[in-house]
Amino acid sequence: MERPLTEHMRPDKLPLSLKEYESVGGYQALRKVLKGMTPKAVTDLVKESNLRGRGGAGFSTGMKWSFVPMDAPKPKYLICNADEMEPGTFKDRILLESTPHQLIEGMILSAFAIQADISYIYLRWAYKVAGEAIIKALAEAYEAGYLGKNILGSGYDLEMYLHTGVGRYMCGEETALLNSLEGKRATPRAKPPFPQISGLFGKPTIVNNVETLCCIPHIVNKGATWFQQLSKTGDAGTKLYGVSGKVKKPGAWELPMGVTMRELIEEHAGGMQDGLKFRGALPGGASTDFLVEQHLDVKMDYTSVAAAGSRLGTGTLVVLDDKTCPVGFVKNLEHFFAQESCGFCTPCREGLPWVEKILDAIDRGKGRMEDLKLLEFHTKYLGPGNTFCAFAPGAMEPLQSALKYFREDFEKHITEKACAYKHEVLSTAG
Amino acid sequence: MATLYIDNKAYEVKTGKNLLETCLTLGFDLPYFCWHPALGSVGACRQCAIKVYKDENDKKGRLIMSCMEPVANNQRISITDEEAVEFREHVIEWLMTNHPHDCAVCDEGGSCHLQDMTVMTGHAYRRFNFKKRTHRNQYLGPFINHEMNRCIQCYRCVRFYKDYAGGKDLDSFASRSNVYFGRHQDGVLESEFSGNLTEVCPTGVFTDKTLKEHYTRKWDLTTAPSICQHCSLGCNTIAGERYGSLRLITTRYNGEVNGYFLCDRGRFGYEFVNGSDRIRTAAIRGESVDREKMINEVARILSTSRPIGIGSPRASLESNFALRALVGKDNFYHGVSDNEHDLANLSIKILRDGPARNATMKEVETADAVFILGEDLTNTAPMMALAVRQSIRQVPLQDVTKINVPLWNDAAARELIQEDKGPLFIAAFQETKLDELATQTFRGSPDEIARLGFAVAQLIDNSLPEVSGFSFPAGNENNGHAYSHRIVAG
Repeated sequence: MERPLTEHMRPDKLPLSLKEYESVGGYQALRKVLKGMTPKAVTDLVKESNLRGRGGAGFSTGMKWSFVPMDAPKPKYLICNADEMEPGTFKDRILLESTPHQLIEGMILSAFAIQADISYIYLRWAYKVAGEAIIKALAEAYEAGYLGKNILGSGYDLEMYLHTGVGRYMCGEETALLNSLEGKRATPRAKPPFPQISGLFGKPTIVNNVETLCCIPHIVNKGATWFQQLSKTGDAGTKLYGVSGKVKKPGAWELPMGVTMRELIEEHAGGMQDGLKFRGALPGGASTDFLVEQHLDVKMDYTSVAAAGSRLGTGTLVVLDDKTCPVGFVKNLEHFFAQESCGFCTPCREGLPWVEKILDAIDRGKGRMEDLKLLEFHTKYLGPGNTFCAFAPGAMEPLQSALKYFREDFEKHITEKACAYKHEVLSTAG
Repeated sequence: MATLYIDNKAYEVKTGKNLLETCLTLGFDLPYFCWHPALGSVGACRQCAIKVYKDENDKKGRLIMSCMEPVANNQRISITDEEAVEFREHVIEWLMTNHPHDCAVCDEGGSCHLQDMTVMTGHAYRRFNFKKRTHRNQYLGPFINHEMNRCIQCYRCVRFYKDYAGGKDLDSFASRSNVYFGRHQDGVLESEFSGNLTEVCPTGVFTDKTLKEHYTRKWDLTTAPSICQHCSLGCNTIAGERYGSLRLITTRYNGEVNGYFLCDRGRFGYEFVNGSDRIRTAAIRGESVDREKMINEVARILSTSRPIGIGSPRASLESNFALRALVGKDNFYHGVSDNEHDLANLSIKILRDGPARNATMKEVETADAVFILGEDLTNTAPMMALAVRQSIRQVPLQDVTKINVPLWNDAAARELIQEDKGPLFIAAFQETKLDELATQTFRGSPDEIARLGFAVAQLIDNSLPEVSGFSFPAGNENNGHAYSHRIVAG
């Protein structure tokens, strides 16, 4: 089984130096492209490979790049979204800490494809280990002539900078990230115009996820067909999957795209801890719908998970066991979402704290039956298009699926006026 | 023009506008908060939701925010669709979860946009039964009262104060349901246009503190259209009085003059009208007399002596005219020196017969280039300074229109033009507040500034006499916009 993204990770988890990365074939893809490929050829190759964005949306990467106008005024920007803050997600961190040069090479190739002049890595502040690894790797890359003016004598210039955020989840949203990078408040932008036309400082910009960019050197080296054949399904490539929750071996694994949820949880994560049963899982982090026992054999790719009523998102599962209170679980998530809302649009800003307060009341045994109607009202109205961005619709995904699959737990809290799971109720709502 | 189907009825509408503005122009009751005709659309409040349909067979449609959607030919929309009506009602419900029950004691009550929209959407009953978020209020000066609990986060205040009027000391702070609009610390708001906050704010967050001194509800005010007398621009106002005292000055919209706004001098500088030492009754040498006695006394003086009348440029035209009629033209003096009188007549002659007429304020706003010769507009004609502030956006905005981004999409337009400014040249003998926007400022004595004016005139018409000491090298490029000349003195 090929694991192009992680096979060269050092056992001691320290980042690969430039020399180590070169010794396992690093920067060969860059040489290949700069020697004899046009930017359009690179974009076409990535389009053909069927690589879908690994940040959660799953949009065709090559198609996204093709929307950048090639005749636009300079500068153009290529940005790596390394603001991994989706609760339950830790896959990008692994790539950043272990193989920063893989990311840098992927970024140079992507920047070349869209003829960008300046690139940024927007890194979550809390990833300090990754930050240090990146600083070191950038210095090495500049020294080796892989960045800066006239890269490898090709005439192509690219500057690359590291920028650290200050800890808001909203900065992971593409357009809010752009605003944050410009030094403005991290609220999103309305689209159209799209970042490919008006992005960073009003110039054409592409924002890609860490894992997406790390795939690029391998696609260049081994071709589109090879990348498609790595996968078990129509969605190409390998995927960094993760599992957290009360399983025996929580962790992350690079596997062919399309393994089943059962294989992930039972084979790789070692199954549930003794005495616990699987109740459900959020397949892609906090803002995805629950999948339950009947979905254990669903293939974990974008298409199949969507067909099962959820989203693959980041592909890092958060597992709910049968001894954890689902109401408390969802309340904790909604507390996060209410706190991280940017506050720009009415339904999200006012609706999420209301949802949190209701869940808190239910959890403490003070809920009423009509509270369930109020929760459902929010899952219906905080939908895509009704709010300014996709934040609130994402926040509603765990809630709407919890009401669907664990409704009896909600009702029991209300009728018994207590939480049967006897967990310590931490009241989060003011 | 385009055809727009609203609830299956066809309307001929202008292209280029957004759907909200179009529906409002047609007279539909479509609620909104964050859109403002002078500030554009941002899509924040979600109040203006309507349904849009793919074609006539699409019965479901999808909700969109009408302020963010451009008019398209043969588009089908619905305002009365049940889901749209319900959603709009729920937006008010969400706003009401944190909005205090202040109506009875809130100055805005009776002239409150939020009240109007609440009634329009039909929201009535409260389902939220938790605590509301509250804020601390700030002292913002003698004109503006601050009550942040009432805020519905439409962002109009900072969009006007910072983006439109260039103010620096009002901003948005914090995030989520804690978003706060205020100063970095308590203190008098610095912008000369801060008073417009009381009108752009749809709730009672920013209210007129001078009105508070002698408060009355809007429905008890008797209002009349008026013109501001504090400078020569003639901004249109509405004056409101009750029981014989002037209570409130608000903007009267005039698209060619002041638009939707006023400066603080015009808005808050009205208390002299209520001054206690104004002459309210007839008096002879300080002693009050009745009108009849006064008229008889004046008639006696006029018939037994030869009075002269001295008018004043600070009195109204009507008063001056009446005095001249009373004493006769030969006995009337206009109250200014002959020199000043001649200059005024020359100005009138030039304005009437000259080759170029006086620009309207709207024309200043939409000008491609502005040259201020020897004036500090912020002090002498504040609203024109505000118009100049908009003019510097015109040339950069041409690029926005070129890529089909509508100008009412305010955030997108501002993002695309960044800090680009169109040509503005200011010649003044001391610093002006507009200097920070200028392509170039020229500092000199009034004589030097006059000579600069003659030099520029000679540049336009080289049959005019040459003026030494100035050159205007060409070709100062800025982001692809070529400015043809710079001023070099000496």
